[in-house]
Amino acid sequence: MSVLEQVALYLETASPGPGLCRRREKDAETWEYCSILNTRLFATRTVEPLEYYRRFLKENCRPDGRELGEFRTTTVNIGSISTADGSALVKLGNTTVICGIKAEFAAPPTDAPDKGYVVPNVDLPPLCSSRFRSGPPGEEAQVASQFIADVIENSQIIQKEDLCISPGKLAWVLYCDLICLDYDGNILDACTFALLAALKNVQLPEVTISEETALAEVNLKKKSFLNIRTHPVATSFAVFDDTLLIVDPTGEEEHLATGTLTVVMDEEGKLCCLHKPGGSGLTGAKLQDCMSRAVTRHKEVKKLMDEVVKSMKPK
Amino acid sequence: MRTQYAANTQARAFGRKRWSLLHVGSGVMEGAMRSDAKIRGESGTESSPRGPGCSLRHFACEQNLLSRPDGSASFLQGDTSVLAGVYGPAEVKVSKEIFNKATLEVILRPKIGLPGVAEKSRERLIRNTCEAVVLGTLHPRTSITVVLQVISDAGSLLACCLNAACMALVDAGVPMRSLFCGVTCALDSDGTLMLDPTAKQEKEARAVLTFALDSVERKLLMSTTKGLYSDAELQQCLAAAQAASQHVFRFYRESLQRRYSKS
Repeated sequence: MSVLEQVALYLETASPGPGLCRRREKDAETWEYCSILNTRLFATRTVEPLEYYRRFLKENCRPDGRELGEFRTTTVNIGSISTADGSALVKLGNTTVICGIKAEFAAPPTDAPDKGYVVPNVDLPPLCSSRFRSGPPGEEAQVASQFIADVIENSQIIQKEDLCISPGKLAWVLYCDLICLDYDGNILDACTFALLAALKNVQLPEVTISEETALAEVNLKKKSFLNIRTHPVATSFAVFDDTLLIVDPTGEEEHLATGTLTVVMDEEGKLCCLHKPGGSGLTGAKLQDCMSRAVTRHKEVKKLMDEVVKSMKPK
Repeated sequence: MRTQYAANTQARAFGRKRWSLLHVGSGVMEGAMRSDAKIRGESGTESSPRGPGCSLRHFACEQNLLSRPDGSASFLQGDTSVLAGVYGPAEVKVSKEIFNKATLEVILRPKIGLPGVAEKSRERLIRNTCEAVVLGTLHPRTSITVVLQVISDAGSLLACCLNAACMALVDAGVPMRSLFCGVTCALDSDGTLMLDPTAKQEKEARAVLTFALDSVERKLLMSTTKGLYSDAELQQCLAAAQAASQHVFRFYRESLQRRYSKS
């Protein structure tokens, strides 16, 4: 028998069965079981990554010790870039995305003279992962940029009329630059959260148009926050083997998955975006499970956002 | 290349000519399904009378119309028309090859202007849908390229692209585990559902949802949405789309039967 077969046999016979992964005592025992599996199957991880994952998924856990419906530790840091009008850094496990927002003047569009612009751009530099090369944005970056633009448009997170200073003459344009510093899967969730946090942090100075010179006068001492109407939160899932849904996939899991799904929900339970770019089919019942998970995730993120905003208040 | 598929009367006038084309190898099928494309789901306990806006538009498909690609198809839904060509399985660049599967590539060209970020996003959606359905493991280290050209856009463009891509893949003889179709639903401000909306209806709608469904179990392969809607509305649209997809699949089947049967 080969080494792998022997190891497999050992695990089959010695495996304690479903009793080990009880939810209540999950943390200590699942972690231990997962770490045992990790060390025993280190060869399988490189040779047969899918088999390696299946072993964990059979016990309803993942190699990093998480349950199937558990998110990685989320941290958010607001206002780190002083030269930007608003900024936020979000870490979802290892995935790190920083969002910087700069506000500039522009003439409003001719077909909507009372609206400003919000221009998002997602950049995936070679820094974050070896799969990206320098040069014009690749497909992944473009798809992410389009996704963020759709979320802003669909969720009406800011009323574009609020960005107008003088109809037909002057309006604000918010350039939102999202840069990924470390790519470990689930980039869309991190980008959406970073954008939301940065927008909450943006302070625009008061602008008046003087009658004599018809020029804009900017009063940097008087700044006001943006009026954020809704709080869209994205929840991403990966589909394994056409049946199993796992939440918040890491880079490796995304690579092995047969499909992905991203649900963007706002606080009233309304969906802004259901982004499922192909992959294995899902039934209506599975979609329902995803929705309920998205609702709980929204509550978690909202709580985190409120804490951060509260800590920023005294100025 | 004919781009004008008008009313049924014209079809009957050209009847003879079309049958002779059928012999040569180009299959033409008119989907005059407007009357029976009304969705049965609505005649249940829901009392709100859905008007004629719930039916699918007139659709037509022509296969094998281009000589260079291995497979080609032109799909029409109302006034929206997309032409698809498939090259493959063909040689692949070493940088792009996958050792155990075929590499699928989708190129979408808009009607005017250069392809932009929105096209890239749509290409990714169509490519991932095709990848879920095409049996790539039968042709490892090859490439299958689907090229889509938008001829005219009058609403439901992405669904039309998906249908054209499916028909072209079938025409090329690429092995697939099921067929797929695209269906668009629009929800307007008072919650009325419209299937296969025109460009005007899409603009006035509160939400536009596009789904790709597979033919075996009607599972959801791809979904992309615009606008705000609730969870219940999503389930309703999905159910309506699943009912509508039956008509599209029946059309596919009849179209292929006509093409391959000896008349």
